[in-house]
Amino acid sequence: MTILGAADSGPSCYSRFVNEWFCWDYVQDRHDQITDALVEHVAITLAALVLGVVIAVPLALLARRLPRLESLVLGFSTGVYTVPSLALLPLLVPFTGLSAATVVIGLGLYALTILVRALLDGLRSVPDDVREAARGLGYGRARMLARIEMPLALPVVMAGLRVAAVSTIALTTVGTLVAYGGLGDLIAHGVARDFRAELMTAAVLCVALAVVLDGLLVLLQRVLTPWTAGTR
Amino acid sequence: MDLFVETWQYLLDPDSWAGGDGLVARLLEQLLITATALVLAMLLGLPLALWLGHVGKGGFLAVNISNVGRAVPTFALLALLVAADWPGSAEFGPYGRAGLATLIALVLFALPPLITNGYVGMREVPSDVQEAADGMGMSSAQRFRRVELPLALPVVASGVRLALVQVWATATIAALVAGPGLGRIITEGFARNDYAQGMAGAVVVAIVALVLELVAAAVQRAADPMPRSPSSDRDRTMSAPSTTVAEAPTGS
Repeated sequence: MTILGAADSGPSCYSRFVNEWFCWDYVQDRHDQITDALVEHVAITLAALVLGVVIAVPLALLARRLPRLESLVLGFSTGVYTVPSLALLPLLVPFTGLSAATVVIGLGLYALTILVRALLDGLRSVPDDVREAARGLGYGRARMLARIEMPLALPVVMAGLRVAAVSTIALTTVGTLVAYGGLGDLIAHGVARDFRAELMTAAVLCVALAVVLDGLLVLLQRVLTPWTAGTR
Repeated sequence: MDLFVETWQYLLDPDSWAGGDGLVARLLEQLLITATALVLAMLLGLPLALWLGHVGKGGFLAVNISNVGRAVPTFALLALLVAADWPGSAEFGPYGRAGLATLIALVLFALPPLITNGYVGMREVPSDVQEAADGMGMSSAQRFRRVELPLALPVVASGVRLALVQVWATATIAALVAGPGLGRIITEGFARNDYAQGMAGAVVVAIVALVLELVAAAVQRAADPMPRSPSSDRDRTMSAPSTTVAEAPTGS
């Protein structure tokens, strides 16, 4: 950390004596640092979401066939959801150490619990007579899943994915406990040093990131389910 | 895997539990602030949500407030409150350092699930049931108290459960900004590279969270005005609204 306002033309708005909340000079002077944190934040969030999706899809398809497994999966997901993030990360440290993997796996678990529920709800929302009609047309299991059930379940699944994405962005900040928190690292540093511009910039970027990702997912949903365009 | 052994030893050591910054003191601190925040949020949010649901107004706000609550990182809001001139990180009564800032953040994050579920629960009361109440000559207040409220109770109660989970999680995170509670055991452990202490704190936090959730679920079942028992002949009227608000996930 370089020290305070060694500025030439009066103290800058982020010097210790001024310490303003919003300070464009800070954003310009430290944009490397901010960009790094932003990139790390996005990378951790996306990795966690991908991990969640990759595990959730087969798990949900399996749970749908086996009612025993379904209640087990739902019980487990309620349990994980109940454990606070600041407690979940330390519990992973013995396995993955102080690495980005700890944060990705922890957040992936949270995303997983949301996504499995959304997938099961979505698939359950497909009307039975639609399934029967598809069977009558000669659809096999795999083709029915890909062509009939998944597309019809998509609105519910996408709603779940949006919830998972937005909350994962917010949760990534807690990763600062193991020093991989993306923008959360800036927030932690800002609190420790009473550096208001850093704190506010990171907080605003977090919320903006959540809004952008949510918007992108809404667009993706429009593209994937063109038939719902007229109804909304 | 020595860490598990060390964690176990830390948990067995009576010294870890005793004293002003031991596990017991921190646990009581966090339970106190969790209970205070939940009660305050219920007093603030539930009357508003139930009234909005009763008159059928403000639905957009009531439903979307949950999405807003999810997008704001709890850590960021706590940090902003602590760094500001007010409430700052001052001691606050029995709530310890940064107590007021933590309390405000907890109440704010408890409100969305309470308001959304309160509103949705009231709106999900079938319109023919409401019409029947009107037809029986009930006044608006009577309909609210004797028809809508009992039928909405399961959904409202699940909102309270979600709020409880949220408040407990946020109270833990308060330690990242040097606030009170059990999270301090975790953050201090990590700051001193004493990972056994961090793990031990996490284990206690997680177990208490699961216990609170189980207790809340039991209370919710007990409060259900229409328990689905085969002997009850009220079942035929209607089953409680099955579609609750999607579990507002962690958000913290």
